[in-house]
Amino acid sequence: MKLKELESCLQQVDVFDEPKILLEQYPTSPHIAACMLYTIHNTFDDVEGKLVADLGCGCGVLSIGAAMLDAGLCVGFDIDDDALEIFRRNAEEFEISNVDLVQCDLCSLEAETYAKKFDTVIMNPPFGTKHNQGMDMKFLRAALTMAKTAVYSLHKTSTREHIQKKANDWGVKMEVIAGENNTVHPLDLQPKHSNTNCVLSLQN
Amino acid sequence: MKLLTHNMLTSHVKGVTKGYPLLIKATEVKMNEVEFNPQFVTRMIPKLEWSALVQAAEGLGQRQDLPGELVSDYEKNEDFLKKVHRVLLEVEVIEGCLQCPESGREFPISRGIPNMLLNEDEV
Repeated sequence: MKLKELESCLQQVDVFDEPKILLEQYPTSPHIAACMLYTIHNTFDDVEGKLVADLGCGCGVLSIGAAMLDAGLCVGFDIDDDALEIFRRNAEEFEISNVDLVQCDLCSLEAETYAKKFDTVIMNPPFGTKHNQGMDMKFLRAALTMAKTAVYSLHKTSTREHIQKKANDWGVKMEVIAGENNTVHPLDLQPKHSNTNCVLSLQN
Repeated sequence: MKLLTHNMLTSHVKGVTKGYPLLIKATEVKMNEVEFNPQFVTRMIPKLEWSALVQAAEGLGQRQDLPGELVSDYEKNEDFLKKVHRVLLEVEVIEGCLQCPESGREFPISRGIPNMLLNEDEV
């Protein structure tokens, strides 16, 4: 599947009618989702035939993209049943059967839950800007315990240094695989999406 | 909820030490066709809690003749891999609940989605 084709498919994915501000339910743009997944798939071969988890999956754009790129199974996790219901309808409309959903609170996961059960974790986590500071780090921590191979996560460029510091503390390797100034995998961003501007890869 | 997902779910109600495997009480189950990927199934098998999978399939009347103990050399046994594929990915619990083996707490499954959220006093 070509990048353009994936992006145009993902444009058909329904998103929130009424995003919940406190849960930071901004949808991942089809362009960013497609670029991210395409890179994970083509450059790192971490989608096809893999067991993938999508943390804070929302309406499912990343999961549905991963399913289209032939993930063995992609499991979406979210706390919000309205989001999961839209995800379920999206999967039904796309006739996608290699996805599954779980409603849970990723911030209260115990360390051994899902430990290394997944090959790959993909996510566009809450950035922790709405009275929930540090939420992005909690998601990263959970993701790193769940993934055997790698975590791919969207972040604000301004938080990159902080995440690098955390990654060092946790003893994991961090790499910027796509972003505004990345010549290999650039993300051209419209201003309204500019709070999401780099894709990081973290490896245990 | 697919049985591959069920195989990873645990109950973490406060005080519970062994919230695994969750007992499936299903009121609606359907089959949903998924493309067969033998490499994926082969890779998943050693990561599974095999007995929990067999028990779950049995409870839903979908065990067929899956053995209680994992057979060796399954990599080349396409017939076996197809059966495991069917149980792992095609059997879906749509309505019902999951019961914690220790506390008896029930986690509802609605429209195929298990709700594992805990109440404040259970965390």
